[in-house]
This record gives sequence, C-alpha cells and structure tokens, in this order.
Amino acid sequence: MKVVGKAYRKKDAMQLVTGKPVYTDDLKPNGCLVVKLLRSPHAHALVKEIKKDIALKVPGIVCILGWEDVPRTRFTLAGQTYPELSPYDHAILDQRLRCVGDPVAIVAGETEEAVDRAMKLIKVTYEELEPVLDYTKALDHPVVVHPEDDYQVLVPSINCDQKRNLITTEHFEHGDVEAQFKECTHIVEHTYHVRAVSQAMMETFRAYCYHDLYGRLVCVSSTQVPFHVRRVLSNALKLKKSDIRVIKPRIGGGFGAKQSVVCEMFPAVVTHLTGRPAEIIYTREESMTNGSPRHEMSVTVKLGCGDDGILKAMSMYTLSNGGAYAEHSPTTVGLSGHKGLSLYGTPKAYRFDYDVVYSNTMGTGAYRGYGATQGEYAVECAISELAEQAGFDPITFRKMNMVREGQIMPAYYGELCQSNALDRCLDRVCELIGWDEKYPAKRMENGKIRAVGVALAMQGSSISQVDEAAVELRLNEDGNYHMLVGSADMGTGSDTTLAQVAAEALECELDDIAVFGVDTDASPYDSGSYASSTAYLTGRAAYETAMELRKKMIHAAAGCLGIDEADVLFDGKTFSDESGLHSMTLRELGVHSLGGFSGRMLSASVSRVSPVSPPPFMAGAVEIEVDPETGKVEILQYKAAVDCGTVLNPNIARGQTEGGLVQGIGMTLFEDVQFTDKGKLRNNSFMQYKIPTRLDCGDLEVVFESSYEPEGPYGAKSIGEVVINTPAPALTNAIYNATGLRFYDLPIKAEQIALGLLHRDER
Amino acid sequence: MTITVTLNGKRITDDVAPDLLLYDWLRQKGCLSVKCGCETTNCGLCTVHVDGKPTLSCAMLAVRADKKTVTTLEGLQEEAIEFGGFMADEGAEQCGFCNPGFIMNVLAMKEEPDVYTWTDRQIKEYLEGNLCRCTGYAGHLRAIRRYLAARQEGMK
Repeated sequence: MKVVGKAYRKKDAMQLVTGKPVYTDDLKPNGCLVVKLLRSPHAHALVKEIKKDIALKVPGIVCILGWEDVPRTRFTLAGQTYPELSPYDHAILDQRLRCVGDPVAIVAGETEEAVDRAMKLIKVTYEELEPVLDYTKALDHPVVVHPEDDYQVLVPSINCDQKRNLITTEHFEHGDVEAQFKECTHIVEHTYHVRAVSQAMMETFRAYCYHDLYGRLVCVSSTQVPFHVRRVLSNALKLKKSDIRVIKPRIGGGFGAKQSVVCEMFPAVVTHLTGRPAEIIYTREESMTNGSPRHEMSVTVKLGCGDDGILKAMSMYTLSNGGAYAEHSPTTVGLSGHKGLSLYGTPKAYRFDYDVVYSNTMGTGAYRGYGATQGEYAVECAISELAEQAGFDPITFRKMNMVREGQIMPAYYGELCQSNALDRCLDRVCELIGWDEKYPAKRMENGKIRAVGVALAMQGSSISQVDEAAVELRLNEDGNYHMLVGSADMGTGSDTTLAQVAAEALECELDDIAVFGVDTDASPYDSGSYASSTAYLTGRAAYETAMELRKKMIHAAAGCLGIDEADVLFDGKTFSDESGLHSMTLRELGVHSLGGFSGRMLSASVSRVSPVSPPPFMAGAVEIEVDPETGKVEILQYKAAVDCGTVLNPNIARGQTEGGLVQGIGMTLFEDVQFTDKGKLRNNSFMQYKIPTRLDCGDLEVVFESSYEPEGPYGAKSIGEVVINTPAPALTNAIYNATGLRFYDLPIKAEQIALGLLHRDER
Repeated sequence: MTITVTLNGKRITDDVAPDLLLYDWLRQKGCLSVKCGCETTNCGLCTVHVDGKPTLSCAMLAVRADKKTVTTLEGLQEEAIEFGGFMADEGAEQCGFCNPGFIMNVLAMKEEPDVYTWTDRQIKEYLEGNLCRCTGYAGHLRAIRRYLAARQEGMK
C-alpha cells in the first residue's frame, strides 16, 4: 500500500502548532452575548421562586431565564442514534433540581462583568428535599429522582422503571453457569469499584449560537457529534432539523465528554429568544461538576476453573450509577460484561446481570472505554488472582484461556472473532518488558520493590447495525478531490486517516484530497466520533465512496474516449486503453466534468452501517517501583502491544495509544472523586483533581501486532478506546506483586499502600 | 489604568481595568493562540513570555505588564514552525489546544544555557506545569529530542 500505513503529518498539524485561531471561542462573532448559569447549591430541591428584578437592572443584562421562561420539553443530551436508548429525562431548565450544580437560571448579558454581577443579585427560594446520594441504596429508595410525568422512554427494552430509580436492568446467560461453578476447584469472587472520573479534556465544554441570513439557528460547538447536537437542539427548542445548522471547528479534546450535548442548549435558547448571538464557556469547575463523566460502577466478578487451569464459568453483576440524568446509562453498562467477559473464550457458561440507577449525584456520560474499562479492570484483576490460586503464572493462564481468532464469542452478541492477534500482543509485551526475569517482584538495595503486572483488553469498532457514516467525494476541475465528512476529528487525526484511505483507493497523493468537516448543512450524515467508529466505520465509507467515484470516473472517461468501460485502465492520473492510443488525464476529465461538454459533475457518496463490531485487542505490561515507606508507586516503563488491524497511520495510532495509557494511569493512581455528605463534588479543579503530568507516566513503548479485519477499510479496526483499558488492571496486579496487597477500588493512593503494608506487618 | 506594553514587538498603550487578567487582555488584543484550561494556574495553557520569561498569563494582572515586553506564539511564528514541525512529525500535536502554551515553554527552555546536556528527567521537570490530556507526553519528548539535536547540529 502506498498511502495507508504511512506516518503522514496530520493535515491540520501546522495550523495547530502555530496557534492559529481555529477553536470555538476563537471564531465567535462580535457582539456575542455572554451566557452563564446560576447553579443549584442543593443535591435535591424544588425552585419555588426566582427573584430577578434587581439583577435585571444591572446595565448590560439582556435576559435572565428560569424554568418557566424556556420551552418545556424533555429530551436526552446523549449523542446517540435515534431512537436513543437513553431516556428523555433532561429539560433545558427544570423546577426540580437533581444534583448540586443543576442549572437554575440562564443569565445573558453584554459583558462577563455584567453577568457576574447579575448572578449575585438573583434571589432564589428553594424547597430543599431529601436527596439519595448513595447509589448502592438508590434502587426502590423512597426518594424518587425522576417523578415527572413527561419522562419518556423511547426504547422499552431497556426495562426502565422511573419510580424505582431504575434506568435499566438486564439478565444474560449463556450455558448453565451454576452447574459449571459446581465443577470448579478454584473460584474467585470480588467486587471492584471505579469512580466517576473526568475526561478532563483541555478545552472545556463550549458553544456559541447565532441566527443566519435565513433566520435559522446556527450552533458552533466543540462537539464529537454534530448531527446529534442538531437533534438535541431540535428536541429542546421544538425546531425543525432543517432550521438548525451545527458546525464543528477544531475541538480541544473530547474523550467521550463531548458525545453528550452538555452546554449547547443554553446559548441556543438565548439566541432563540433574543435573536442575539450568544456564547457559553464552561469553567473547569463546571466541566468537572456538571459535565458527563465516566459511570461509577461496582463490578462483581466471579470466575471459576478446574485444576487444569481452564475456565469453566464467568459471571458478572454490574451496578452502575447514572447520577441525576441517564445520558449513556443504558448503554455503557452493557460493555462492562459483554466486552469484559469476552476476553476469554474457554468458559462453557457466561452470566451477566446489571442494574443502573438514578441518584442525586452529577449526571454521567461517555468516557473513552465506555464501561468496558470498568468491566475489564475487574475481570483482569480477578483473572490474575484466580491464576495464582490455581497455581499458574498469569501469562500462561491467560494464554490457555484467551479468546482466539475464529471463535464465536457468546457474551459478545454471538459474533465471530474474525481478526485477533491477542496472543502475539501478549508475547510481545512479555518480551519487551522482560517478564520472565522480572515476574513477580524484586527488592532493590535501597529497600524499594520493583514488580511487573499485565492485563489484556478489547473494545469494539462502531455500534453494529446502529451507527451510520457517510462520506462524499467530489472531483475538482484540476484533477484533485474534495472529501466531505460528518465525523468529528477531535485531535484524533481522523480527517487525515480518512483521506489516506480514500487516496489509497483513488491511487493519488494524500495532498490531492482536501478534507472538509463538519457542517451539518454540507457534510454527509455521520452519527459521530464515538464508540471507536471513525477509522473503522467512516473509514469503510471513505473506501466505498472512493471506489464508487472511481467507477463513475471510468464510466465518464470511457464515454469521452469512445471506448468500452471495461477496457479503461486508470492509474490515478491517466485513463487509457491497453494500447495507449486512447488516453486522457484526470485533470482533463475534471475539466470535462464541470464544463458544458458533459454537464455531469463527478461525485460520489456512500454510507455504511456495519453488521458487526470487530474488537481491537491489546496487551499491556507495566513495571513499577514501590517505596514501601511512603507507598509511592513510580511507573518505570509501560509496554503496549495493540492489534487494531491494519494500522492506517502509525504516528496517529501510537499517539492514541500513548494518550490512552496515561489516562488509564491517571484513573488508577491519581484521579479521585469524592463528595461531601451534601453531595457536593470536592475534586472540582485541577488543584484537587490530579491528572498525570509528564513526570507521572514512565517510559511508554507502543508496538503493533496487526491482524486483518475483513469488514474494515484495508483491514483496519478501531484504536481510540481499547488503549485506556489495560493500565488499571496491569497496575493493580503489579502493586499486588510488589506488596502482596490486593486493591479492589480505584484510585490506589500511596497512603493506602503504605497503611496496607503497615497493617500487614503488624499482623 | 493606562498601561504601555510591547506586545509581539509592537508598543501598545491601553486603558485597562485594574482587575483584568493578562490572559483576558491578550485575547482582547487578538492573541488568540493564548488558551485557558483551568482557571487555577495548574495547566500551563496560557503560558506567554514576559520579558522573556515563561509566565502564566492567567496568574498575572494586565496592569503588571506595564512597561514590559510580552510575547505570545503570534510573535514567534518562525520558531513555532521550526519546533512545531518536529511535533507534527511525531503526531504529538493531537487536539492542539495545549500546544501554544507548551511550545512557549519549550522555546523558553531552549534558551537555558546547558539544555543540550539535559536528561529526559530534566526536560520533563522543566515542562511539568504544561498539562496535556491527549498525547501521554511521549511524543512531546521525542519531538523535543529531535529539535534539540537538529539545533545542535545547526550550530556546528
């Protein structure tokens, strides 16, 4: 292959590194109103009165909106394909406040100073209500988070029961799990806890809106899901989708946070009601307290095997905290088991049950890994523990049981595993880290302990039979192409990798394809950049579109040359017959297609829905050094081997992997989420919520062990999410190997290790 | 209050509120490369040079820049292209939002007298205050190593 697989620079790279104004707030029009939100101090309350007369007198204040002033609509902020599985439980503003920070009023003014002054002068009377803050007690709790009558469930099969605080529940069983467990000589069962960690993308939530020359609502948003933003705004404001246009400029990271339409409705309703351009920028605090974090989950895993070390049964029960609003709640939880359990192919029986509940804590959303992170953390910790109990080392045990190419995956929707290099990935990381010499641990002369840990991971590639992606390609008169995409490059480089796929199919240079995206008025439909879909699903659409355009160009060239279509040879530059007597250049065809000669503009657009969701796989191995005096864990090196199928661009794929690893390291060792007893988030800034710095992550090494996925473009699968899943279990396992302490809760903090060692020594 | 600042080589006199942050003033003046990521002086995105020293513009009042020289990435485009090329070749720019502040700090670091002898650890310590959520920092280090090597080569 000439273009696919090459480490091209991202098409937008030089604009980004030179600091050009390409992000939402850099592009806002003059005279944009400043929009801010007055937020609830209470975890559960009713708004009795909003006194805004004094605040409205502040010079420059344009409007103050309470729940009675905005359209009464109910919808979900989850960026998902319609009909969304997430219940319609959100309002623009509501009389009932369901978590600390829930918006009470929208304040818009000419300047930030005016808005800040007015916010202080609004007097709100609340009727405080008892909250349900502990999600483990939320099911059938007397306090109901969503008692409203206009609550709506679009997909009844999620088994929602709002009066029970139950968002979704399911039971899945393959084979006779109890009978299999009875035959097991070794069983491990534990509950693992993962908190509502924050994506902490560098650019917080933001959007601005204005009316265009037709009076339509335009929303420029830092989003991963432009077409879903359009639907959410249409639901919220009762506008036709054709009366809304959504534009995604460059965005400063998303990691799933921006798969929810968190802030767009606020400037939209201001523009809708005042006709003025309006912008909202969430502070870091707002992004942390009322964003769309990972679902807090308690994952109970039970695994059993015989003396031969072959798994007989795996079962999982996941309790997930949806918080105040159920964005992505019915879907994230499914991945904990359907992906977590599917890492292993030997069990004769699998069981997966789950409940997701409401509580009066912050609403939740999508974070890279989307539930698989939580489930695989639990499974991969339990597997290492079971291996030890059964007398096997963790590498051998995994090799004996891991899912293999050609297997049917019963817990993964019964899909056939068509591409899988997990065995090679595991071998590779063991070799790179020197597993045989280093496992399990070694005490250094200075008293510190070095140890290694390992974990496997998988994810999916797009949501099968749900999400849809289209690409449009146009031939220009100089023989170059325009490619229009609806998928959101969020720094992931997808504009570049998609063009690489099309360039390969059209046999042209990468520079011959200009990429445009995303503008819902111009881009072809794409459900958006989430669920590890872009490289795989939109990539396949790019391939199909390029092949369709090729066909059309050959047809047109045959007409021009007066030869049979079947005789046309095309090498990316010239159309000719075998003799070479008849030939024309691509440029000539471009001119021909756009002039008065043929009147046939040459373009193609193909959309793609995938019948399956092929898992990418990876193995991660970490070497740490623990100081038993302080409990501090230092990461020395992290080795990752990834099977994302064909690597479309090694630089971009490596960058995805390194970034995912460090996010995973953050949630394992540093990123803490604590609430006060009133339900207020304590860790609401980078002062209290520590994401990894460049001193915290050790030396990373990423290699690729590719399988070939027949459903993907040139054999590619996804990479964006799988890369976050190994650090939590690999580090937890390494810490056990170093200290003999098993931890079942994240993050694992230095003081817990130090205290754990102290207590162990006392015993 | 009236301030006179040499901003990216141009002398500007302006009337500013006493509580205006340098960060906000710079964006008002069209220096849109300067970004804000945290409001608590933890992320390094708003790093600019004040009299040549890397400074968090969100932690400094505009009035304190009076009679000083302030440089943003807009004023160091050639240097940005030079170092940025190494970033681009590693795919280490990713979303790009933290790039300007990070690059301003790298461009300050390269002036440290013994920087060519620094260990990876020293480089990481110098840049620790520049957070990035996309890259895992590994590509940054590769880019810096290649950039320093190329500069050293150019000096021979």
